[in-house]
This record gives sequence, C-alpha cells and structure tokens, in this order.
Amino acid sequence: MTKTEFPPAIKSRPVYGELAPRSGTAHVIVADGEGAAAVAALFDKAGDARAAMLAKTHILYAPGPTGVDQWPLIAALCAPQAQRTPSVSTLLFRLARVLQDTHMGAQFYLSGTEGLMGQAQRDIMATGFPFADIQTEHRGSTLRRVQCVHCKGMTENVATDPFKCSHCGLHLFVRDHYSRRLAAFQGVNIDAEDPGQIPAAVERFK
Amino acid sequence: MSLDFKPTFDGFFRDETFVGDFTFRNSPASIRRFPFPFDRDEYMYSVNIEPHVPVVGRPNSVFQHAFDVDEHYVSEMRDRARVLAQDPLRCQSLPHMELAGWDLLELIMESKARDYPQWFSLSKSGDQWHWINRPLGIEQRFTFLDSSTLPYGPLEYITRQTQGDFTLQDERDQNLWVDAGMVTTQADWSLDFDIGMNFFEWHAPVPLAHEKGIFDRALKFLLKLQNGAPVRRFNWTMTVNPLLDTAPETYPEWGTMRTTVTPENVGEKLHLRVELQALFRLPRSNAIAFSIRAYLGRFDELVTVPKWGRRLHRVVRDLHPDLAAYKGFLRNRDAMAQWLSQYDDGAPTSPGIWPED
Repeated sequence: MTKTEFPPAIKSRPVYGELAPRSGTAHVIVADGEGAAAVAALFDKAGDARAAMLAKTHILYAPGPTGVDQWPLIAALCAPQAQRTPSVSTLLFRLARVLQDTHMGAQFYLSGTEGLMGQAQRDIMATGFPFADIQTEHRGSTLRRVQCVHCKGMTENVATDPFKCSHCGLHLFVRDHYSRRLAAFQGVNIDAEDPGQIPAAVERFK
Repeated sequence: MSLDFKPTFDGFFRDETFVGDFTFRNSPASIRRFPFPFDRDEYMYSVNIEPHVPVVGRPNSVFQHAFDVDEHYVSEMRDRARVLAQDPLRCQSLPHMELAGWDLLELIMESKARDYPQWFSLSKSGDQWHWINRPLGIEQRFTFLDSSTLPYGPLEYITRQTQGDFTLQDERDQNLWVDAGMVTTQADWSLDFDIGMNFFEWHAPVPLAHEKGIFDRALKFLLKLQNGAPVRRFNWTMTVNPLLDTAPETYPEWGTMRTTVTPENVGEKLHLRVELQALFRLPRSNAIAFSIRAYLGRFDELVTVPKWGRRLHRVVRDLHPDLAAYKGFLRNRDAMAQWLSQYDDGAPTSPGIWPED
C-alpha cells in the first residue's frame, strides 16, 4: 500500500481514505505528485464501468512539491479532459472554472498532498457541493501548509519545526492543529516568551 | 470608537485598563463574589455541567443573572473596542449564522433589560425595537431581523456591549460547528483559525480529555440542550498581569510577561483566570450560543479569603504537569506554589466553592 498512513494523534486533521469509484453525473479529479498513481488505481477499480466513468471525467494535475511529476500516468488514461498545470495555485485557478460548469450529482476525487487536497476541498465546498461527495487519498509528500497565527500569512511546503514565517519572519513551531477552512496547520511563535531562544530546526515533514 | 459609545463611570463602574499600566483591580465586594472554581483541594477534568440558574441563598453571586454585569463592565467594553480596532478578524460570522446572531441579540437585550433595569431598557413595537444602554451611552432604534438598521451585524452589535467572549454553534450531522464568534478575551485560542470546525476539531489541542471520553460525553449532553434551560460550567487558567486579551495572535506581545514573575511579585502579577461558560439553545436558528466570561482574580486578592488561599496552594502544587503546561504556567508553577504556601497552614477546607460564611 502506497497511501500515507498518519498516526491518529491530531483530532482536527482530516481522515484520508482511499479513492473508490462511485456513480455520478460527472467525475472531477484533482491530484498532485504521487497522487497520479491513486488516480490510475481508481480507474483500475472501476472494472467494466471504466470506459463509461472515463467518458464523464475531468482531471487536473500538478507536479508535487518535491518535484515528483507523474503526468504520464494521467495522460495514459486518455480522459476526455485532462490538464497538467505547473503549480497548485494554477490548478486551483482552473478548478474554479471547471466548477462553474459542474452540476449537483458530480463526484470529486482528490489525491496527493494535504495542501492540495485541503484547498481543492475548500473551493469545492464553497461552491456548494456536499462534503459527502468528496473523496480524498493522501499520497506522497507530507510537507505542510502552515498559517502564521500572528500575521496570517501562509507558508507552503514547510519541512522543519520550527521554521521561519515566509511573511513576517517570526520563528514558528508547527502546532498539530489543522483548519479545513484554511487548509492549513497553525504556526505559533516559538520564542515569544524568551526572544531569541530558538531550538534547532528538525526535519519533521518530507 | 465606531459604536459611538460615550462611557460613563458613575461610581460603580471602575475606570481601569487591561493593558499597558494594568490598573485593573477587584474591589473587596468583587473579591467576595469571585467565581472561585475549585470545590475541593485538587483538580482534574470532569464534565462539570449544571443548570445555569441562580444559586439559592447567594443573591449577589455571578450566577444570579444569565449575563452578569459587574464593576468591570465599561472598562471591558472599552478594551474590546481597542482589540477589534487592531484586529477585526476577532469577530467573524459565516454567512448562514446571521439568524443565530439575532437570536443572541434578543436573548441578551431581554435579559439585561429585565435583570438590570437601572442600566438597560428595551421597548418593542412590533419589529421596531428601541434599546438603551446607559453605562455605554448608547441609544439605538432598529428593526428586528433587519441588519441594515444596525451599525454592525447583530452578533457584533450586541457583543460589543456584553462582557465575555461568545461563539455560536450551528447544529448539523449530530455535531456542533463553531461558525461565528466574538473572541477578544480568550485564553490562547484563535477564532480565525478555528471557525468552521466541529466540536472535536476545535478541541483537538486539549491534552488528556479526548482519551477520557470527556468530549464525547459533553457533545452528547449539549445536543440535548433545550431552549429556556441554559447550562454552565467553569474553566480556568493562569494569566500574568490582568490581560483580558491573551490571544495567540498577540502572543509575541504578551509572551515575555510570563518571564517577569519573581518570588516577590507573585501576589500582584499572577491572576487566576476563571471562565464562567454558559450555553443557551437559541429559538429560531436552533444554534447554541456559548458565552465564555473571564473573571480575573489577583493572587493577593484571592488569599484574603483564607479558604481560597489554602485551596489554591494545594491545587497549584499538585496539578498534573501536562495540564500546567497546556494552561501555560508550568514555568511559573514552583514560584506560585511557594508564594501560596505561606497562606496554607494545612488546616482542612470546607467542601464547595464559596468563601467561609
């Protein structure tokens, strides 16, 4: 099994599952990095329904934060609509356009990094689609997207704890507390009580 | 201040600050009615929920009215306006929560006009309402359920005039979702981060309690909450200096204050911060309003009640270190226990929270 297994310690972190085919009026698929393999596996599970499902499928894909690019796995599916985007932010821009033409009854499949899935889920739900129509499967990098609780700036692809906020420059520890609305973990100033006493950064997320 | 309030300090309300020169104090009468949260000499989590009703024989207690108004009211509202001016994200309401905001406005206005007629009045003619708040110098005519007739949304309007933080919980999928709030006097949690979370998610950082099943039982209880039958519980922590606003947002500003405690100044620096939390089912929205009213008691004020001095010493000394760390006072715990020990002669204490009669 290549899907990521997380320890159950963080109660506010989403529980990710495994993508499985469902019946729907359309299938919108969003993936990055190693998530491409989960998308390929999804269609393998469809069996006889594979061709019919593919015919109603739109896939958006971006390389992962560590540079993993499995676009050939997506291209090989020959979905009627599939776009490779250069970054997550570009992908979300395209997703917003796709959602304009997507109707109730569509099914959503998200796979790859937590940051990508969280932001895509946020945008899909903001459009009015129900939570229950969105499936997620974590694959690949566990780099974290973190909001600085002080300046509110987002730092993408955080690998170490503590790390330096890419906006206000404060040194932040990564609290194990996740907001689905922000699709981010919380970063809190680590030397607020003892300014300048910053522990060595440890690589916690890869 | 955009609420256009003209506060008056008429001899009852104290003119004091919760920042800068920290002139906050409790009068002797205010100390006697302090909601001391420990009913025994030790502390561990429990689902300590009881009906939010007056306590028989204690007419002056903080439990007497749904929304206690005390000598700190005007200064606390001035402090809230200061915090909101610096960070408007402290008050947020997701779009589906406006009706719950009106429910809360109605509950607070009706309660205060009934319980404190010398300070507040509400008159209605159909949906045309007339509200007077004398301590803050506010008079407002508005149309109930029409937000365009108020200077703010209903939640923000009424909680700029009410002590304590408020959150509004939507109920769906057998869970409660914190979808709106006014949070400027919090013990280190961020509304901006937590808004939209369900009951288990927003409590995620609390240690020990998930494993004890506290949140499962509490949620089960709260989902059965009925309109007209509010409940309450205590929570507590410690705060260095009388800061109402100990938000994570401003932690770099107040964090260093925790390092200013010395064996000599414990009595004036350390404050027991008690949250009187009450929950109200709202009639139209079916949402649950959660009020989190923070009371600050300086250590040297609290030890003027001998029973509380003894008990506070025993609780601080014996608290589980994980809880002391979560509540943010592990680094000062030894100094606190040492200072408090001079008020503990080892004598037994009587059960219950009340000072000796």
